[in-house]
Amino acid sequence: MIIAEQKPIEEILEMLAPHKKILLAGCGACVTVCQAGGEKEVGVLASQIRVARQEAGNPIEIIETTLTRQCEPEFMDEAKDLMNDVEAVLSIACGIGVQLMAQTFYDKPAYPGLNTSFLGFPEEHGVFTERCAACGNCVLHLTGGICPIARCSKSLLNGPCGGSQDGKCEISKDVDCAWQLIYDRLKALGKLENLAEIIPPKKWITSRDGGPRKIVREDLRI
Amino acid sequence: MKSGSNLEKVFEKGVFAVTAELGPPKGNDVKVVMEKAKHLKGMVDAVNVTDNQTAIVRMSSIATSKLILDMGLEPVMQMTCRDRNRIGIQSDIFGATALGIKNCLCLSGDHQRFGNEIDSKNVYDLDSIQLLSVLKGIRDEGKTLGGDEVEGDVKLFLGAAANPFGDPFEFRAIRLAKKVKAGADFIQTQCIYDMDRFREWMKMVRDLGLHERTHIMGGVMPLKSGGMARYMQKNVPGITIPDEIVKRMVAAPKGKGAAEGIKICIETIEQLKEIEGVDGVHIMALEWEHRVPEIVEEAGLLPRPS
Repeated sequence: MIIAEQKPIEEILEMLAPHKKILLAGCGACVTVCQAGGEKEVGVLASQIRVARQEAGNPIEIIETTLTRQCEPEFMDEAKDLMNDVEAVLSIACGIGVQLMAQTFYDKPAYPGLNTSFLGFPEEHGVFTERCAACGNCVLHLTGGICPIARCSKSLLNGPCGGSQDGKCEISKDVDCAWQLIYDRLKALGKLENLAEIIPPKKWITSRDGGPRKIVREDLRI
Repeated sequence: MKSGSNLEKVFEKGVFAVTAELGPPKGNDVKVVMEKAKHLKGMVDAVNVTDNQTAIVRMSSIATSKLILDMGLEPVMQMTCRDRNRIGIQSDIFGATALGIKNCLCLSGDHQRFGNEIDSKNVYDLDSIQLLSVLKGIRDEGKTLGGDEVEGDVKLFLGAAANPFGDPFEFRAIRLAKKVKAGADFIQTQCIYDMDRFREWMKMVRDLGLHERTHIMGGVMPLKSGGMARYMQKNVPGITIPDEIVKRMVAAPKGKGAAEGIKICIETIEQLKEIEGVDGVHIMALEWEHRVPEIVEEAGLLPRPS
């Protein structure tokens, strides 16, 4: 899922400075699960903003809502009526949600309350780690189900580099060496011979490097 | 001959090769390059010019290599994958070989987290093994990675790094085999302090027959003080320093640490000369280029073949 975290409150307050009445919109999908932008966080953030603005002698009215999902046009209807009454929306969905809000409610500013961090999962309670770089050309079948693009600091396809020691990456003792994990897993699977082969240069054209991406599925088009 | 470089010729003669490292200045001061190069002239077969090592911005390895070439030294130009994509890399190789550079050491490159531009974007379009294969394709088939004919004749002696002290240890020789398969004509290892582990690695390398397919140079770096030895033992990923080496460095009397470091370095070289499959030594004397002559001389490596 998409992992995100809230922006510093100071940054949010600065964005909202010109406004007196806003919609604070959460999202019921990924950011609810990673506890950055769900219904609960909408409530907490709304209170924080109200208190700060009250103390500054410049109160703000905030309407709270949480959409089923902010990443699909059909759910935008859930915010339609509420948007009529406000000057702007502060979305605490991922960047996809903020952009869909902006596109749907074209005449009102949509502000991002979160930083969209990465694609990953909660490794343990309160700890989220990156797993996928959405490169558009999956190699997990070659690398024991561990992604070197997302998890190696250098995205090496023929790792590990010389900086791997005691299972950790050269950039930090807090970062696992993806290639140690790959080696261990392939060893456990009896597939170490995979690693004797040179993986050729990657076709990054399917990644962001190829420009903004788009998929057209003729079979689904009406 | 693949390149006709001096380094290649020394290996062909079967002479134990010697190279040293030269770090370019953090600016365009040619005097710094000349001063460092002066100490290395006649002392080594080729000089490695680092490519923004530890991700610190310095004069480019291509320009520095050309400067020392003009001084009569032979450069081994380092090329990392951190800062250039496959277009930049291939273009720079055309330029470098046009300027007369004949050796290239292919590296993935230290992550920018170590340097002075930690907010930069890294590239790593290719990795070091893929880089070797691309340069081999340019040299041997006259084709770029994209398949275009190369105008001209690119002659290059291709090098790669190997770290016998990185993990997972048992995979390190296999990874070296990949580098050899990809095109590594010579190998420079990470600095050797742990001779037992190095010997164990060399055995695995020989068992795979790699020493007959590439020229392996042991890497050495003289320690400067007990403090440096302790720091490196604890904090530098991919380098192991046995306790006894640290103890020797720490026990050296005040002002004698450097001499002890050089003594250890010379002892290491003497041992490397005796190991089957080790064809040379690469001396990494960081900002200590002026101490290289005494190391080379006392290790009995002079005169160098002309």
